[in-house]
Amino acid sequence: MSLNIEQLEKEFQDKIDRGENIEPKDWMPEKYRKTHIRQISQHAHSEIIGMLPEGNWITRAPSLRRKVALLAKVQDEAGHGLYLYSAAETLGISRDELFDQLLTGKAKYSSIFNYPTLSWADIGAIGWLVDGAAIINQVMLTRTSYGPYARAMVRICKEESFHQRQGYEIMLTLSNGTEAQKQMAQDSLNRWWWPSLMMFGPPDEVSTHTEQSMKWKIKRKTNDELRQQFVDITVPQAEILGLTVPDPDLKWNEERAHYDFGEINWDEFWQVIKGYGPCNKERMTTRRKSWDEGEWVRDAAVAHAEKKAARRAELKKAV
Amino acid sequence: MKKEWPIWEVFIRSKNGLEHRHVGSLHAADETMAIENARDVYTRRQEGVSIWVVESKHITASNPDNNGEMFEPAKDKAYRHPTFYDLPVELKHM
Repeated sequence: MSLNIEQLEKEFQDKIDRGENIEPKDWMPEKYRKTHIRQISQHAHSEIIGMLPEGNWITRAPSLRRKVALLAKVQDEAGHGLYLYSAAETLGISRDELFDQLLTGKAKYSSIFNYPTLSWADIGAIGWLVDGAAIINQVMLTRTSYGPYARAMVRICKEESFHQRQGYEIMLTLSNGTEAQKQMAQDSLNRWWWPSLMMFGPPDEVSTHTEQSMKWKIKRKTNDELRQQFVDITVPQAEILGLTVPDPDLKWNEERAHYDFGEINWDEFWQVIKGYGPCNKERMTTRRKSWDEGEWVRDAAVAHAEKKAARRAELKKAV
Repeated sequence: MKKEWPIWEVFIRSKNGLEHRHVGSLHAADETMAIENARDVYTRRQEGVSIWVVESKHITASNPDNNGEMFEPAKDKAYRHPTFYDLPVELKHM
């Protein structure tokens, strides 16, 4: 058993090329482990921060039907965050370290959640567009090479489709409503369209992680491929709503059999990533507050569990 | 105090007649909370009728580095499978 690192790496790559999954206790290159911790935790943080913009509208949902659905969706996001944190923990990082990385700003989350939810229609647009974009990414990730991540994705994808349908239904209702309601839906699409396209990450030619990630089958499609897939799927859905996608350059390209679309404002993307989006500060402040204010509850639960265990041990001794 | 809640592995029986299957893990201060959290996280859509939780540290796992000596000996024992035996095609119910 004196394999050197090159042999181990070669065997590892062969295993991936054969289509085998990597499981937690298997040997893996340190960079594979680190890349996964970064990507899975970023994904987990996105689920948790993603609860905030939507939570904003729970108390103001227009009907009980909408309210129970939104509550269930936000609760799902918490569950998705948990599946992903658990997957990240199999790589040897603790939950507290992961939270710490989020709260100190060391770890990122999807920049889309730094945009505000200004109207009820935004809840529709988020479900339709943001969850729609997430689904495209996540369906790809169900076949990712790291077992625990792939399994978390399968579970998440099963639950996610209700999210998108409830969002689309909200948009449909508003689009078929009064002129003011239709306007609200259009305004929401105008604001969420471009940030949704940015969700797939920077263009392939500047994406620093894509090449290695493809080789290790962490990703199976590039950012631009996924983005194109999203545009192709979503434009006809906007047409059913009778809404206009806010892109004058958008048009069907017969030759490519894809939609051509306009230039994305990458300056905005990088600004938001760097912390200058409309809600970055607010999101982090809310998370930190909830973490700090929950500390006594976490500690009390541990104290209670320890007391109970001690009492049980004493009873056993007495018998 | 700053003490992390321990990790628990969660197993769910989806319906009577089937076995419990591993579905994932979670953190909880004790076994009661582990069951409650497992219910909230892993059975939101009627995925189960029974839950087991066990603290992860109590699980002993085989070492994948030893997979060769662990699992390969079974490879050349085809005689443990019914198809190993040559029988006439007209033979029924066997």
